[in-house]
Amino acid sequence: MRYSSSLLAAVIILSAWAAALAQGRTYQLGTTPTEEEIKTRDIAISPDGKELPPGSGTAKEGATIFAQKCAACHGPNGNGGGLARGIVPLGNAKPVKIGFSLVPYATTVWDFINRAMPQSKPGSLTADEVYAATAYVLYRNEVIKETDVLDAKSLPKVRMPNRDNFIPAQPGWKPGEKRPFGYYP
Amino acid sequence: MASHSDRRRFLKRGGALASFVIGTVRSLRGQTPAREAILKDSLAYGQPSPFDNTIRRTLGQATAISDTALTTPLQDLDGIITPSGLHFLMDHVKGVPDIDSKQHRLLVHGMVDHPLIYTMDELKRLPSVSRIYFLECNANNRPIRGPNGESVQNVHGRTSCSEWTGVLLSALLNECGVQKEASWIVAEGSDANKYTMSIPLAKAMDDILVAYAQNGEPVRPQQGYPLRLVVPGWEAIRSVKWLSRIKVVDQPYMAWHESGNNADTIPNGKGLWYRFEVGPNSVITRPSGGQRLPGRGFYEITGLAWTGGGAVTKVEVSVDGGRSYKEAALQQPVHRFAHTRFRFPWAWNGEETVLQSRCTDERGEVQPTVAEAAKNLGVPPDYFYQADHFNGVQPWKVNRDGSVQNALFL
Repeated sequence: MRYSSSLLAAVIILSAWAAALAQGRTYQLGTTPTEEEIKTRDIAISPDGKELPPGSGTAKEGATIFAQKCAACHGPNGNGGGLARGIVPLGNAKPVKIGFSLVPYATTVWDFINRAMPQSKPGSLTADEVYAATAYVLYRNEVIKETDVLDAKSLPKVRMPNRDNFIPAQPGWKPGEKRPFGYYP
Repeated sequence: MASHSDRRRFLKRGGALASFVIGTVRSLRGQTPAREAILKDSLAYGQPSPFDNTIRRTLGQATAISDTALTTPLQDLDGIITPSGLHFLMDHVKGVPDIDSKQHRLLVHGMVDHPLIYTMDELKRLPSVSRIYFLECNANNRPIRGPNGESVQNVHGRTSCSEWTGVLLSALLNECGVQKEASWIVAEGSDANKYTMSIPLAKAMDDILVAYAQNGEPVRPQQGYPLRLVVPGWEAIRSVKWLSRIKVVDQPYMAWHESGNNADTIPNGKGLWYRFEVGPNSVITRPSGGQRLPGRGFYEITGLAWTGGGAVTKVEVSVDGGRSYKEAALQQPVHRFAHTRFRFPWAWNGEETVLQSRCTDERGEVQPTVAEAAKNLGVPPDYFYQADHFNGVQPWKVNRDGSVQNALFL
């Protein structure tokens, strides 16, 4: 009896504690993450760059990092190798290649290098290394100069050459609307 | 006390085990060890008949199976459901991650009142829904020339249809309280690349599923185990697999796989982006390229239709290369954003002819021919040879010897 009543008490206390942590409005399930948990996982960088961390780098520094950590897959000159496509040109436009890069924002490049590179150890680069590698990729695509310093302030201001060249397949079309015959959408 | 009850439990379990073993031994009596192993396997998880190994992604078709691209053998399947083991796979993430569902967490945060982390057990306690939806790669039915373009599997095998079970994303977002300035979500997977996609909030609040089951069992590793998005009717690149994070935001983030990496360009140098919904589409799966009709006489023409516009309302079949069309029967019920099976009776007179199908959906959108699509975009038909996002009518030519071949560019 004594055993089961203390167990019952423990269950009640535990449930109350869980309920206090649970924040779901209707079903009271799930737990509230700590600020630290969110910060660690919140790596997506928006085009305005507000999530970019402190740090900086230039294409000159990036060339060294590229040789050490990227060239094995992307080729010594960045033109592609057996394992990966090149960093020049940036993007994979099909079927008509257009000049420079088909990436609309420089933050896209930073974000992808940061989350996915190098292939052997994604996410292992420091912020400085990501800024430098991004600068090298942009320099090789003739978007910035070799000595330009990229950081949280300057990176979002880099104007990608084709930023205004992305159009919806039909101007004005919105999801859910009927599309004219033959358009996809 | 404890030891007594332990012993009793042991005896009980041992008895059950013993009777199971005896039963197994009896049913397997007289079998060779190899045959016995096969039978045991078939008890643990049912297997197709050893006499039928046709519905497999065989190594015989070089482009049909690889680590990075698995296509669905549409020519061998019936009905509308794709067996989970035959679902297509296009690898954007360099390998399928090994994820322990007990360790897996989904974080929902950003422009919400209460960010939340869910375990898989917690997600499965929430109200669930099951829905039949297709997923189609935006590179599906890219016209392919030559020996690789001869089968419907190679040309159209990047669409599959499953019954998906999970929680509505809108329910999770409502639990967190979406703030009124929010307009998009960013969804992220836990693969090596942390694959990321932006999706308008309106779609997220409408019908997107956070799915943990596929055709009645846990989602397969190749399909996103233990958790994935299923975005009905939209190009499958948005249905993020191995889902571990949803961030509610106020703009599209233009992550790598949704920017230039997946854009088509048109001759004026513009890039086409944010296509979202797939177009109305259909293809005859039997008879189709690479097959051979044994002789003249009756055949049922059958195939699949699907559309990002909702429900398929009409499929027409032409047995004279598009000069005339007649309506095919649609398998009922027709599910919105699902493969729709069509059937059409046909008697082959032994003469050369071309078979093709055309889909119309609930919005009245109609599948174009390659010539019509090219005219609309202002490009030569050859443009679609490399372009993604193609939903043109697929003609199959039946030759006098009964052989069937891809006639798109004949």
